[in-house]
Amino acid sequence: MATTTRRSSGRAKKPAASKDELLQYYRDMLLIRRFEEKAGQLYGMGLIGGFCHLYIGQEAVVVGLEATAKEGDQRITTYRDHGHMIACGMDPKGVMAELTGREGGYSRGKGGSMHMFSKEKHFYGGHGIVGANVPLGAGIAFANKYRGNDNVCFTYFGDGAANQGQVYETYNMAELWDLPVIFVIENNQYAMGTSVKRSTKSKTLYERGVAYGIEGEQVDGMDVLAVKAAGEKAVKHCRDGNGPYILEVMTYRYRGHSMSDPAKYRTREEVQKMRDERDPINQVRDLLLKGKHATEDELKEIDKDIKGVVNDAAQFAQDSPEPAVEELWTDIYAEAG
Amino acid sequence: MGELTMVEAVAMALARALDEDPDVVLLGEDIGRDGGVFRATAGLLDRFGADRVRDTPLAESAIAGVSVGMAAQGLRPVCEIQFMGFVYPALDQMLSHAARLRNRTRGRLSCPMVLRAPYGGGIHAPEHHSESTEALFAHIPGLRVVIPSSPVRAYGLLLAAIRDPDPVVFLEPKRIYRAVREEVADDGAALPLDRCAVLCRGSDVTLVSWGAMLTETLDAADALSAEDGIEAEVIDVCTLKPLDAATIRASVERTGRCVIVHEAARTGGFGAEIAARLAETALVSLLAPVVRVTAPDTVVPLLKLERHYMPAAADIVAAVRRTMEYA
Repeated sequence: MATTTRRSSGRAKKPAASKDELLQYYRDMLLIRRFEEKAGQLYGMGLIGGFCHLYIGQEAVVVGLEATAKEGDQRITTYRDHGHMIACGMDPKGVMAELTGREGGYSRGKGGSMHMFSKEKHFYGGHGIVGANVPLGAGIAFANKYRGNDNVCFTYFGDGAANQGQVYETYNMAELWDLPVIFVIENNQYAMGTSVKRSTKSKTLYERGVAYGIEGEQVDGMDVLAVKAAGEKAVKHCRDGNGPYILEVMTYRYRGHSMSDPAKYRTREEVQKMRDERDPINQVRDLLLKGKHATEDELKEIDKDIKGVVNDAAQFAQDSPEPAVEELWTDIYAEAG
Repeated sequence: MGELTMVEAVAMALARALDEDPDVVLLGEDIGRDGGVFRATAGLLDRFGADRVRDTPLAESAIAGVSVGMAAQGLRPVCEIQFMGFVYPALDQMLSHAARLRNRTRGRLSCPMVLRAPYGGGIHAPEHHSESTEALFAHIPGLRVVIPSSPVRAYGLLLAAIRDPDPVVFLEPKRIYRAVREEVADDGAALPLDRCAVLCRGSDVTLVSWGAMLTETLDAADALSAEDGIEAEVIDVCTLKPLDAATIRASVERTGRCVIVHEAARTGGFGAEIAARLAETALVSLLAPVVRVTAPDTVVPLLKLERHYMPAAADIVAAVRRTMEYA
């Protein structure tokens, strides 16, 4: 089988997008950012346990890829997962209430930040063991193929996970069996505090797929339109029965790895430069304003709406009841009978 | 249906499961074209096709992980790990995902998968083809651990495991894969996954074991009866997790004595759990200390030393005689 890999030219040639699309991406990315900012606040107030890994800076990845998904497609990711849940349409209230460990949360207070699921939205978690979710994604894709539907499974993992052995066992199996799985490497350039440069001599991560015969490409993950364009190609490849595809999405997280991160591995200037020059939300904001698709006032109105949604979620997450002590014993095995 | 060996009973149960439920998919190394290293899947590829009886690359971690993903979508994967010594790369998936999917999703998702592996010593194999590390899995909440001791039990327990909505680690004692033949009806009837089996009744001492060691345990019971007039009650644990502690306790409350036999190493072996349960719940009924007959805390040795490593019927007889010395 001929295998091609390439680096996306996303930044050189911007794909066009309609006003409605741009507004949708703006809203979706802003909702994730404001949600995460609020989660950070609640964490600081001691209301959130089970750790908390914020997605701020990486919003264009999930929003761009969700724009290519259709009903029935699945997604599975690692622990930096709040953005994926919100992008696939899960209720911010349920996500926030899970962070606070309440009954109103998606796992009714027993999963926490890393372990939420939605059968309705085909979101298969939230997984804390780095790289170990990747074979699950292939298994979900296996079921799609076995049942003869044309759904695909977006299987997200990071640059850190890309050095785990399970990932490559899965690459091999997925290509061998032509499974409809899109391996999305969210390369935010740091595995906790270890930069990609300090963890591999591979020039890119997507090119590792060549060894398994898997096509792939690298894409600018700060540009939602570039992500979407690459995602469409990947989705078509999978839906057409051509097996897996790798997208290495170059992104950046502004906050620490988790809420307790000494941040000694990068400079403030580096982070500030990304915020100033590459921010995914500002890029869409500029397109909206320059294209005269929206006025400053209209965007402010959107900001206000989103703040309301996030505040409601935070309130819900604090008001929702705590799980009863009996819940300690439930859902270990199926109930008898 | 005729007299079958245990491994033939396993194959018959797998065929039955494939036949009755299109969601059942078998996967593992060499299970298709080769019919499995022990022939447990012989003939299934021809009968059910490569989509359902799938040879995998040599990758235990992904075999288990892909199975978890399939199960999360409602398929019923039955994966084979060739030898228990090769299961450790899959342990991460079983512990971190399979065992916890139900709890994490509050029952919205479950993980109806079975991980099958031949286990145990006594076939003159190297160490990692001979080990018996069932206690590792029994320690994990959310997993079921099932070990058959006969063809009939292998058939009924495996069907139950495949139909169960939770992940099951199904360990097949390969030493007795072909040791005995017995009549096994292909009637689709499952055995319970939460019940010990009392293999013979006795009032003097309770012998508790599982898997291949029941051979030595039953031999010891015969010898004790013939030589000492001691009547042993023999319990096949069958399902280590969840443990049917009530059956064991009720027996010990009658006999007052208990000897636990396993071929796994001693420290932290599953016998320790049973002994602890008895200490917690049946202490006042005990006439003698609970005794364990186990392999030593060493690596499984090569063939010339193996018979010194594996507990023998004589060891069990000696242990019972010691417990009988207590008034």
